[in-house]
Amino acid sequence: MAVSGALLVFFLFAHAAGNLKIFVGESDFNHYAEWLRELGTPLLPHAWFLWIQRVGLLVAIGLHIWAAAALTIRAKKARPVKYAHRPKIQGSYAARTMRWGGVIIVLFVIWHILDLTLGKVNPAGGDADPSARVIEGFAPDRWYVTIFYVLAVVAVGFHLRHGIWSAVRTLGQQTTAGERRAKTIALVLSVILVAMYLSVPIAVTTGLVG
Amino acid sequence: MSANDFWAEGEPVFDKAAPDGPVETRWERRKFSAKLVNPANRRKLTVIVVGTGLAGGSAAATLAEAGYRVKSYCYQDSPRRAHSIAAQGGINAAKNYRNDGDSVYRLFYDTVKGGDFRARESNVYRLAQVSVNIIDQCVAQGVPFAREYGGLLDNRSFGGTQVSRTFYARGQTGQQLLLGAYQALERQIGLGNVEMNARHEMLELIIVDGKARGIVVRDMVTGEITTEFADAVVLASGGYGNVFFLSTNAKGCNVTASWRAHRKGALFANPCYTQIHPTCIPESGSHQSKLTLMSESLRNDGRVWVPKNAADCQKPAGEIAEEDRDYYLERIYPSFGNLVPRDIASRAAKNVCDEGRGVGPGGLGVYLDFADAIKRLGRKAVEAKYGNLFEMYERITGEDPYETPMRIYPAVHYTMGGLWVDYDLQSTIPGLFVVGEANFSDHGANRLGASALMQGLADGYFVLPNTISNYLAAGPFPAVQATDAPVVEARKEVEDRIAKFLSIDGDRTVDSFHRELGQIMWEYCGMERTEEGLTKAIGLIRALKEEFWTRVKVPGKGEELNQNLEKAGRVADFIELGELMCIDALHRRESCGGHFRAESQTPDGEALRHDDEFSYAAAWEYFGADGKPVLHKEDLNFEYVHPSTRSYK
Amino acid sequence: MDIKVRVWRQASPSAAGKMVTYDVKGISPDASFLEMIDVLNETLILSGDDPIAFDHDCREGICGMCSMVINGVAHGPEKATTTCQLHMRKFSDGDVIDVEPWRAAAFPVIKDLVVDRTAFDKIIQAGGYITAPTGTAPDAHATPVPKKDADAAFEAATCIGCGACVAACPNGSSMLFTAAKIAHLGLMPQGQPERDSRVIDMLQAQDDAGFGGCTNAGECTTVCPKGIPLSLIGRLNSDYRKAVSKR
Repeated sequence: MAVSGALLVFFLFAHAAGNLKIFVGESDFNHYAEWLRELGTPLLPHAWFLWIQRVGLLVAIGLHIWAAAALTIRAKKARPVKYAHRPKIQGSYAARTMRWGGVIIVLFVIWHILDLTLGKVNPAGGDADPSARVIEGFAPDRWYVTIFYVLAVVAVGFHLRHGIWSAVRTLGQQTTAGERRAKTIALVLSVILVAMYLSVPIAVTTGLVG
Repeated sequence: MSANDFWAEGEPVFDKAAPDGPVETRWERRKFSAKLVNPANRRKLTVIVVGTGLAGGSAAATLAEAGYRVKSYCYQDSPRRAHSIAAQGGINAAKNYRNDGDSVYRLFYDTVKGGDFRARESNVYRLAQVSVNIIDQCVAQGVPFAREYGGLLDNRSFGGTQVSRTFYARGQTGQQLLLGAYQALERQIGLGNVEMNARHEMLELIIVDGKARGIVVRDMVTGEITTEFADAVVLASGGYGNVFFLSTNAKGCNVTASWRAHRKGALFANPCYTQIHPTCIPESGSHQSKLTLMSESLRNDGRVWVPKNAADCQKPAGEIAEEDRDYYLERIYPSFGNLVPRDIASRAAKNVCDEGRGVGPGGLGVYLDFADAIKRLGRKAVEAKYGNLFEMYERITGEDPYETPMRIYPAVHYTMGGLWVDYDLQSTIPGLFVVGEANFSDHGANRLGASALMQGLADGYFVLPNTISNYLAAGPFPAVQATDAPVVEARKEVEDRIAKFLSIDGDRTVDSFHRELGQIMWEYCGMERTEEGLTKAIGLIRALKEEFWTRVKVPGKGEELNQNLEKAGRVADFIELGELMCIDALHRRESCGGHFRAESQTPDGEALRHDDEFSYAAAWEYFGADGKPVLHKEDLNFEYVHPSTRSYK
Repeated sequence: MDIKVRVWRQASPSAAGKMVTYDVKGISPDASFLEMIDVLNETLILSGDDPIAFDHDCREGICGMCSMVINGVAHGPEKATTTCQLHMRKFSDGDVIDVEPWRAAAFPVIKDLVVDRTAFDKIIQAGGYITAPTGTAPDAHATPVPKKDADAAFEAATCIGCGACVAACPNGSSMLFTAAKIAHLGLMPQGQPERDSRVIDMLQAQDDAGFGGCTNAGECTTVCPKGIPLSLIGRLNSDYRKAVSKR
């Protein structure tokens, strides 16, 4: 969980950094999208490196889900009879919502790819420029899409807040000071990431970009 | 009424295993003279150990390490839970790490004197000798004793001693020592050298050809009765303080294993020697199921007082002016003050409460005040030393001891009496060994603080494993079969008794009988005893016994987890024990140790011993449910520590 | 005070269980939770009902025997407190209180609120010890132990093995229990020779016993009556990683 999760966190940051390009200008953003496909050339043919990354991401996601599923199945086996009085959450809310949070995030990612990568559910369609997809996808009259996007990104934030801290624990963090540090880092990273991701759709919907 | 209506006197009993000669070398010489068992033969010898506290756990682990096959039994769900775990204060050892004049001889001297000259010198000397090995052993196992900044072990002075020889692990020394023994035991279980039977209760001893050869046990989960055989049986089943119903013992602590052995012929020595611990949390009402001890270490910094005037007792403590407080221990015993031994502190508390100066509900409590300590050391230092005890007190009483003084009252805590054993820890039944609190041997009439852990581990780690070989060297003994007449008979006794409990179907619960027995014992056989009271108590107990066997109601069946059935068996045995305790107390017309006989006191109300008449251990033989117990005296000789009047003034 | 309790009743390991409601009247706020059950049992016995079976022994919070999930919280609402040390003054008149056993496949119910915790002993058997046969020990002062380490080892060693961590864990994991023992022994110099094999073997035993996997949910530490910190699980993970890499 920790290792595959860490890979995904790195991806999220790279992805978020790229998104911010839209604030520099639409052509810069489109140029960035093209650059992604040119990476690795001429060593590799066009878009190959991107596909390598995509495959890597899929493997990481697959491992992450597989590990989560294995843990969930074990958990179910470890408690065959449920409590009659629903257990109160004593620890952190984020920790207790990892599983459902994860499922929501997967559904979101599928929609997100259909929307902004393939353009299948995007008004601009798959042939438009990436920036056009973003701007039309989050257009003010499609405010509900933006809200859905915001909720999903906040879910990612929750997932990361526990996930990053938990990964550090799984990898052996053990001091009290380290504990505080890990919690702070997890929180700060999650907040930064959420802010980075939300800035684009909110800016588009409110007309700051477009 | 003559006392002899209650008992008969038999032949004296002798400890034939103890070597004579210089006390310093007796243990060495006994170990040398004891027969050994060839390592290859040990695998053919089986030892049953009943109980997994400090004594039983350490004995089972050590015997298994030595190569014997061990079968271990405990009534709890795991061997880690025995009540040794609740000991708070510490464990004594004559390490003299403090260079404060301690030595094996001084620990020996203190223990004989502390026991009010009613313990055997040979045993006590051996205890002091092996005390140093215990600390080494426990440290090697990883017991996290308190340490100083230099990394060396810390020590403190404890209950009635003037040297710092007590090793401790915060307020949880018993827990840490027990976990050490438990882990050693689990290791042997994992290696297949010990067969562990948790949730099993010994209900009868099996004697074949005059030797202890096994036990009848009940599986407390399924109710199945089985007979288990071995070449020797070790009882490590703890003390019987629960005869008082309210005590600091765990709810499950019971006398059944010892009592069943007593009924089969093992002598029971000094049953009336009970230790009443001075610092317990007072009772709060009729629902009370047990009492909780606060470590005696609290007396190192807390000051004990009651109001000078009975009229002030209802006022909050803070409103009683300094000059209206009676720090009675400091007043009566200026040289020891709040650190007088347990028996003295307990009786003094009872006296002031009897004078009507007690505080709290029912006037059964005295203050233990940390205001001065907090002023002197700061709240932080007090918290570091006693934080967990203060929390426990607050949890139970709902009062904050940093703000209002604690209320404490004495409670039954430990029983010095137990099955009679010789120097080898063997009872009067060959092959039946008794270790730890279950035996009677080392504490005399009063146990010093931090000595119970020491004795339990001394017996289990170092004494028994060396002495039992002398007995086992003659083995393996002829195999016992489930069909042998004594086995069938023992099994039938158990089954009949269970059937009887379940068939009475009366109108009183087991607990109601236990509570009533406890009240009788506390009233008449507690801190202060009189001939009149004890005689009355014997009558009351006999009547209670009859009522028990006609009116008790035990629900459920035998073939299931049935906690009331378990309790019924224990209470039935406690009732019989209670009667013997009162008879023992009645016959001992002297005050000594924890046992204050009102007819035997000095003009200023202190305990008065009668060494001329009572310098012996009273070992009782069972003579049937309606027969008179027979007294066998074991004379005590004091060659080194000559009896003197204990004075802590 | 007058309250109602809804208690899990299950006659035997194989029987089906259910929650049954009982009225308990006139309980003193100074009574402990277990004393309240004692009082209830006395009335059940006299009215010909089967009393509620529950584990308990020392009743002073140290033996680790008592084990009730009260209103969905292992050992009840008070922090750092075992069931036996919980007092009725923490509840209000008229409350309805749910009482259930620890629920975990590795802790099967024996009867009512009594469960079998042998699995914990199995974990200890696998390596939760320091091999030091009686009589082999050097002098206690032969190896000084820094106070900091001794204190930290003690904190970890205060675990009472009650199983509340497992009962509270959404995964039914025993990680905190195992981690506490690993930390206790691993912090002492005496525990170093077996440090690697200990963590590998104890984790294996834990998996074999049917406990769930740890997801650092942190519920365990919040119910732990001895406040064993979650950071010990990080320590265990670190020990495990090092031990595996050395194999």
